[in-house]
Amino acid sequence: MIRVQREDFDIGRELDKLAAGDHTVGGVASFIGLVRDFNLQGGGLQRGGADRVSAMTLEHYPGMTERKLAEIEAEANRRWPLSASLIIHRYGRLEPGDRIVLVATASPHREAALAACHFLIDWLKTDAPFWKSEETPEGERWVEARAADDTAKSRWD
Amino acid sequence: MSAPVKLLYFAWLRARIGHAEEEVALPSDVRDVAGLLEWLRGRGPRYAEALRDLSVIRVAVNQDYVGLAHPVRASDEIAIFPPVTGG
Repeated sequence: MIRVQREDFDIGRELDKLAAGDHTVGGVASFIGLVRDFNLQGGGLQRGGADRVSAMTLEHYPGMTERKLAEIEAEANRRWPLSASLIIHRYGRLEPGDRIVLVATASPHREAALAACHFLIDWLKTDAPFWKSEETPEGERWVEARAADDTAKSRWD
Repeated sequence: MSAPVKLLYFAWLRARIGHAEEEVALPSDVRDVAGLLEWLRGRGPRYAEALRDLSVIRVAVNQDYVGLAHPVRASDEIAIFPPVTGG
């Protein structure tokens, strides 16, 4: 299932629902992406100063976003025996600590659930049309795509 | 001139070009994505600056990623945007 929404989501409720009533499910895996208060592009992991991010705004391409997420989810279901899968991605203005994305998979076997979850977040980062703009002490700036994300995706080729 | 195409711009491309979408009638010699980008660069300095570096531009035709050689046709929805940064 795909959901693209401005509102927050309840992790516990979403994970409970994913396997509810299906007793063939042996494991649920999940990834939750959060807004952090620093940016690696500012020169490293140190907090404060040029790296500080006070908020971000996520923009997306309505229509294509849902379409790409559905394709990615269908591909995960082709590769692994999943009982259920869920992608929730938020858009709009978010602050540090806010949830951005939830990817969750359920399967009779933990290997399939864990691998499919990892696959989904790696593919989502390179294929789903979302863009982040960060608010920093120097003003707003668009986040640049990272080559490491392409490398992470290519492991699944 | 043929029927218009719908152009969409996102993220810093939208900011630099100055609007999010427009409908334009393409000259008949614009047949593919490469030709479209070249034609757009000739429409003014904002376009020329925004579309200068192809390495940071992605294009989707009718909501699928395409390459420079992909044909563009009347009534297509063509989105131009930087590499994505979601997740």
